[in-house]
Amino acid sequence: MRQDRGDGDRASLFTRRALLLGGGQVLLLSALAGRLYQLQVVDTDRFATLAEENRINLRLLPPSRGLIFDRAGLPLAVNRNNFRVMATSDRGRGAEMVVDRLDQLLTLGEPEKLRLLRELRRSRNAQPVVVRENLEWEEVARIEFNAPDLPGVFIDLGQSRDYPQGELFSHIIGYTGRVSDEDLAGRDDPLLQLPTLRFGKKGVERSLEDDLRGRAGAVQVEVNAVGRVVRELDRTEGQPGTNALLTIDTDLQRFVADKMKAQQSGAVVVMDVVTGDIIAMVSTPGFDPNQFARGISQTEWRDLLDSPEKPLNNKVIAGVYPPGSTYKVVTALAALDSKAIDPWTRLPCAGSIKLGDTTFHCWFGGGHGALNVVEALAASCDCFFYEAARRAGVDRIGEMGQKMGFGRLSELGLPGESSGNQPSRIWKQEKVGKAWQHGDTFNLGIGQGYMLSTPLQLAIMTARLANGGYEVQPNLLLAKATGREELVPPSPRDKPTAPSLRINPQHLAMVRSGMDQVVNSSQGTANQLRIDSSGKLLEPALRFAGKTGTAQVKRITERERAMGITQEQLPWHLRHHALFVCFGPVDNPRYAVSVIVEHGMGGGMTAGPIGRDVLVETMKRDPSRRTDGFRKMASR
Amino acid sequence: MTALGLNEPAPVSFPEKVWRINWGLVLVLTAIAAVGVVALYSAAGGRFEPWAARHGIRYAGALGLMLIVALIHPKVWLALAWPIYLIAMLLLVAVDVVGKIGMGAQRWLVLGPLQIQPSEIVKVAVILVLARYYHNLRSNQAGQFLWTLPPLAIILAPVALVMVQPDLGTAMMVLMGGAIMLFVAGVRLWMFLTAAIGAVACLPVAWSFMHDYQKKRVLTFLDPDRDPLGAGYHITQSKIAIGSGGLFGKGFLHGTQSSLNFLPEKQTDFIFTTYVEEWGMVGACVLLALFALILVWGYSIALRSQHHFGRLVAMGVTAMMFLYVFINSAMVMGMLPVVGVPLPLVSNGGTAMVSVMFACGLLIGVNVYRDAQLPRSR
Repeated sequence: MRQDRGDGDRASLFTRRALLLGGGQVLLLSALAGRLYQLQVVDTDRFATLAEENRINLRLLPPSRGLIFDRAGLPLAVNRNNFRVMATSDRGRGAEMVVDRLDQLLTLGEPEKLRLLRELRRSRNAQPVVVRENLEWEEVARIEFNAPDLPGVFIDLGQSRDYPQGELFSHIIGYTGRVSDEDLAGRDDPLLQLPTLRFGKKGVERSLEDDLRGRAGAVQVEVNAVGRVVRELDRTEGQPGTNALLTIDTDLQRFVADKMKAQQSGAVVVMDVVTGDIIAMVSTPGFDPNQFARGISQTEWRDLLDSPEKPLNNKVIAGVYPPGSTYKVVTALAALDSKAIDPWTRLPCAGSIKLGDTTFHCWFGGGHGALNVVEALAASCDCFFYEAARRAGVDRIGEMGQKMGFGRLSELGLPGESSGNQPSRIWKQEKVGKAWQHGDTFNLGIGQGYMLSTPLQLAIMTARLANGGYEVQPNLLLAKATGREELVPPSPRDKPTAPSLRINPQHLAMVRSGMDQVVNSSQGTANQLRIDSSGKLLEPALRFAGKTGTAQVKRITERERAMGITQEQLPWHLRHHALFVCFGPVDNPRYAVSVIVEHGMGGGMTAGPIGRDVLVETMKRDPSRRTDGFRKMASR
Repeated sequence: MTALGLNEPAPVSFPEKVWRINWGLVLVLTAIAAVGVVALYSAAGGRFEPWAARHGIRYAGALGLMLIVALIHPKVWLALAWPIYLIAMLLLVAVDVVGKIGMGAQRWLVLGPLQIQPSEIVKVAVILVLARYYHNLRSNQAGQFLWTLPPLAIILAPVALVMVQPDLGTAMMVLMGGAIMLFVAGVRLWMFLTAAIGAVACLPVAWSFMHDYQKKRVLTFLDPDRDPLGAGYHITQSKIAIGSGGLFGKGFLHGTQSSLNFLPEKQTDFIFTTYVEEWGMVGACVLLALFALILVWGYSIALRSQHHFGRLVAMGVTAMMFLYVFINSAMVMGMLPVVGVPLPLVSNGGTAMVSVMFACGLLIGVNVYRDAQLPRSR
């Protein structure tokens, strides 16, 4: 007997236990089947969605941003190819090695390396991360050459903005920057989610942002686990941004900028009085918008921000100054239109006028004697306008001020515009908490006190006076074009299409004649500016009218008046602002110019010559007749 | 009980032996390997290279080996059990000392043109040695505590060595396969209970000995959302692939998750996922049913064996197959932590295929020699 008796026992124990075990295994296998059922039947829709999300990636195709041209078709803002190094990695795997090699090739520096590593580890679905933008050609070559050692690194061709005219157009064109939360408000364009997108921040780049941006295309791609595109499933082409043709004449803009070079800080704006087109707009000092396009450094940014001349501000629209004597145009019109005075009314000037305890001085201490409104404008007599203001009253002056564009934003559309201030009884009660005084009316009459305006508003005032009382609005955009449609240049306009302001044309003519005499009569405050002086040929077609203004920065004390302290003896930042507005030609006005030289002391002295030269140059060039920009832009 | 003399079988002729080979089982194994070829063909993006063709060839070779093993008399295995075990242990030690680094753990040994994974050999070796041990034991001894100590050592020694590599999957398989063999061999139930309680008590200690990546796997298993892009990524993607397959699958070569490489290790440990994504729940059930058929065969062979060695070997092989299939598929479905256990005959990998087919050869051999007389050596 070779098998012992126990074998039967252990065989039956084996059988029992084996069956028990088999039962257990059946249970476990059923558990597997149950799990399969749960995953593949119960939750299958959810997993199917997740699988699709894994597989399909919607990539936006950024459109190229619309170009900006001047009225002659000269490019002011263009797109430049921007070679970017991008990197991807599978959840940060191997990122250190790649970043180290990139550092050797591009000298990234420690902080950059840390940023890259962080972004690479964080990036979901292996979304590419920007390593460096605006690569030099040599750097691109270096990366391409070392491509085998740089897994996940690739060169991406994007676009960035270039401003060929640089500082000359800094305030008009502005610049672009990364999309901020503010920019996102009210816009649901998916393009704004692109990390590489640049959004208009200042100037026309901002005001025309929604036109310039264009529409995103999209490409649906199948991607593998490391984000590499396997094939394209669907593609919708985007639409490039709309091109913009501006009203600016670059040559004139440069002429103006050259004239302003001698000045520390100031602003000039040239406007077509018929159409409202802004022909030139200069605010000095400016900045180079290309700094922003390239990526401005912290220190450069701080320098711009901290400079006392505020180079980032467009003083034409954002600078507010007391308009000074230039405002006498409004006072005169208000007094005439409200019949407070008539064209023959003569008001006396004895050098000063007393109101209660306060003495209001005329700039000409000796007194002008009795003057009518035209003579008073020519001599810029303060006493005449104190009295005219008193007779017209603050309400009538305020009404006329608003008609002429003060105290409200224009329709120019540039960001950062200030509405200035056209004071009124209600305004003073609300903001100052005091009732309106007669003295306030006196000050308002000569554009001082609470009255504040921007150089643009002064240009608008001059334009509305010059065009015969039409409510022209400043305008920077001559035309928009997608580059595909036929562009038909509009026929030049000679009559304003803007609504009339309903001001008596005779009164307007009277004020215009006063401004003509400012320049062209021997009594005029700006007689030295007349174009037939200093041997220049008298050209009737270039005859222009103007009005000087001096805005007090600091009240002249009685002591200073007694001591005869002159403006030159004051520190620069306490000197008066010099203002000058003018229009021409006198017979058939077409252009208005507004000039402010900050702390330039006398209007006729510093601002006047600039205004005269700019206006004469404008009249000679007559840019309103030029429409060749349309053809040039259409051919792009 | 029949008379002892009648138990003496007539010698079995060679054609009889060949006839006794479970050809149905061979067919099932071939069907599973065919599923493997199909899945690997798909995993390679619709190409026979680099996996599917080699898989088929390898199976053909392993099939030959299996048939040869099946025809070898169990007494040979009884005699070779210890030498095989010792060689396997030596190889394990060698792997720990000079093994080539693969997948963050030392599991491979390079012998000339061969790369072998001793942990696969040791699974078979433990079955043989345990079967031999209990075969030689008297019935009443099997249940006793003292007689249980040597088999514990037989199991734990290789477990310790593979843990060092570290290879949690193989360690689990040897441990659980060994436990199953002890269970059917008749070890008293209280010892299992004590061991279970002891294991639970030792968990904190085991935790402290675990490698970081093992800890991470366990933690990730307990809560896959802990780190959906890191350690939990594999299991999440695998579940997405299986779930998105649905009832009928996405169709052959249309599995997006695997073809776009969202699946990790898609040709080895996650081959089940690749297959199920394309063939759906229907395909999964067919494959699991094929494996279940192997188990049925295994049980019937074990129960029909006239000798204890045969019973235990058959049971051990069946348990090994079950553990392979269960651990692998439960792992890819997120029911178990991710441990490196392949799906037998489907996953790409030579040593595992050879060891599984070798084991199946032993199983069939038990059937061929089911009525052989195997004396106790003591």
